[in-house]
Amino acid sequence: MNENRNVKIRVRNLTKVFGSQPKKALELREQGLRRADIFEKTGQTLGLSNINFDVHEGELLVIMGLSGSGKSTLIRCLNRLIEPTEGEIVIDGENIPELGDKALLECRRRHFSMVFQNFALFPHRTVQQNAEFGLEIRGVDKAKRAEIARNALKQVGLEGWEDALPNQLSGGMQQRVGLARALANDATVLLMDEAFSALDPLIRGDMQQELLELQSRMQKTTVFITHDLDEALTIGDRIVLLKDGEVVQIGTPEEILTQPADDYVRRFIEGVDKSRILTAESAMRPVRATAREDDGPRTVLRKMKENAIDSIYVTSRERKLLGLVEADAADQASKDGKDSIRDCMIHDFRSVGPEEPMHNLFAMFSEKSFPIAVVDSDRRLLGVVVKGAVLDQLAQAGDN
Amino acid sequence: MAIDIPRIPLGDWIEGGLTWLTSEYSVVTRAISRVTQTGINGLNDAMMWIPPWALLVIIALLCWKAAGLRLGIGAALGLALIWNLGLWDPMIETLTLVVIATLVAVVIALPVGIAAALSERLYKTIMPVLDFMQTMPAFVYLIPAIPFFGIGSVSAIFATVIFSMPPAIRFTTLGIRQVPVELIEAADAYGATSRQKLFKVQLPLSLPTVMAGINQTIMLALSMVVIAAMIGADGLGSEVWRAIQRLRPGDGFEAGIAVVILAMLLDRLTQSLRKTRKS
Repeated sequence: MNENRNVKIRVRNLTKVFGSQPKKALELREQGLRRADIFEKTGQTLGLSNINFDVHEGELLVIMGLSGSGKSTLIRCLNRLIEPTEGEIVIDGENIPELGDKALLECRRRHFSMVFQNFALFPHRTVQQNAEFGLEIRGVDKAKRAEIARNALKQVGLEGWEDALPNQLSGGMQQRVGLARALANDATVLLMDEAFSALDPLIRGDMQQELLELQSRMQKTTVFITHDLDEALTIGDRIVLLKDGEVVQIGTPEEILTQPADDYVRRFIEGVDKSRILTAESAMRPVRATAREDDGPRTVLRKMKENAIDSIYVTSRERKLLGLVEADAADQASKDGKDSIRDCMIHDFRSVGPEEPMHNLFAMFSEKSFPIAVVDSDRRLLGVVVKGAVLDQLAQAGDN
Repeated sequence: MAIDIPRIPLGDWIEGGLTWLTSEYSVVTRAISRVTQTGINGLNDAMMWIPPWALLVIIALLCWKAAGLRLGIGAALGLALIWNLGLWDPMIETLTLVVIATLVAVVIALPVGIAAALSERLYKTIMPVLDFMQTMPAFVYLIPAIPFFGIGSVSAIFATVIFSMPPAIRFTTLGIRQVPVELIEAADAYGATSRQKLFKVQLPLSLPTVMAGINQTIMLALSMVVIAAMIGADGLGSEVWRAIQRLRPGDGFEAGIAVVILAMLLDRLTQSLRKTRKS
């Protein structure tokens, strides 16, 4: 579904060399040398090399990598807090690296809000004044910016704290101010640089959930930097995986987990709590047999026997899910001389969409032992998930 | 085998330069001299016009308001002692010189300090100059001051400004450079111009450090103003100077204690201003 969205930021061949002789470093790169060799030969650090990716309108794109992977450099190249050495960063038709000083200021004001790892709140300004900062810079008049900032603070749950100073707040609250400052600014893109990394795990989880909730309400184009794969998988619509200044893989959390591009990614995803990421679709298997509602009990019993199952889903001609028949009930219907299974169908079973996270499925299995039906939005039966398959899938993912 | 290296006539060169400066720019120096003298006289007359007891009460109240009851009482007692010793007028003269010298020094130091903080090149040029200004024995400034501005208070102010300015510049530069990088980044990220960055982020955050610099400048100014009695500056310094010439240690110490009281008052007062600004 992402493919249909408009591209908000297009990054092409983005390269950043730290040092005074970038040309030398680039020449060596053309000869196929890697980052470490280039540094040894020239003293130049190839911070980012040939980065290509798109940020789609309204998506939450996570750029993830370990320290030294270039993720902080990358996000700072987007709004040119760090000058890229070469490459294109196009936002709404403007190529950011080519902008003059004035146009760059305009571009930053219109397009980018930023949230920082260590909050970067102004200690001499109150919470309210911090939230107003972006608007103040843009010259929005006092009354208006005060109102917008108050709303933003309300959105992040800081109503009543307007007059406090940042150092009177806890870390989590400080970062909420940081978030409010970004939201109040109403720029088109939200840049979050390790925004939750300095928070303790519990608060961090809360903030992630709140961000997701905010995201579902506002659909703001967001670029989120993190070194934490769990975080990336939890909040990301898509993930760009960086290593040594190069893109290793771009994909949805599930793609990264199920089809790691190389050994590096594979090692990376070891130890991730996969049940939080994998969905019903990945554990689902095709339905071996289904019944029709005008099938006779004996036919249905035979289908079950052939496939060694003790319950069977009943579908319409269009494969729409109608109900479920258990072997006992079919047997009884047969003994009672019924000519169809219509009356012994039950509807007390679980069905889920293909996107349903795997950890939710566990809870369902504990209730009843029927396979879980996976249906699309028109309730057409796509497949079933059996308990063993879920465990299999998890074990398999763990082995890799 | 001694090699006969001719002595470098460094002193002659400097003297030549100074003579040239005095003759070429005498119009300028005389104008400065007149303006400064008017300022000194005005401020001096104004403070002298207020009866000592009234000024004492005003200063004591100010200290109380700014730094608490203890400093208020201390100020009242200290000033009363100065008055009692018959050193009120010289104390006012000294205070006038300190206030004017500090004002001039700060007015020059703030922009220079800011500029040095923002430009690496200026920083590298200006730091050795500041070292020079601070380590050169203070008396030396008195000598060229005389041909420039004649004997008296204006020369004293000139020498005092040069001697007391460096900490204000240094601390301003330091204060601005100490603003955390991430705050600068935040300001940049939201599209602040250099001007907005300076006035909304860098200056407010460096204010406590700048105030510490100004405090230092005031202290240096006070010490220099006392020394400047040697070139005819009025005030407590000239009382000390007179005591030395007449070999009267008692008088000398009395004037010296008055200087100490004034110094403590100025120091505590400016420090408390700094603290209230900070919180």
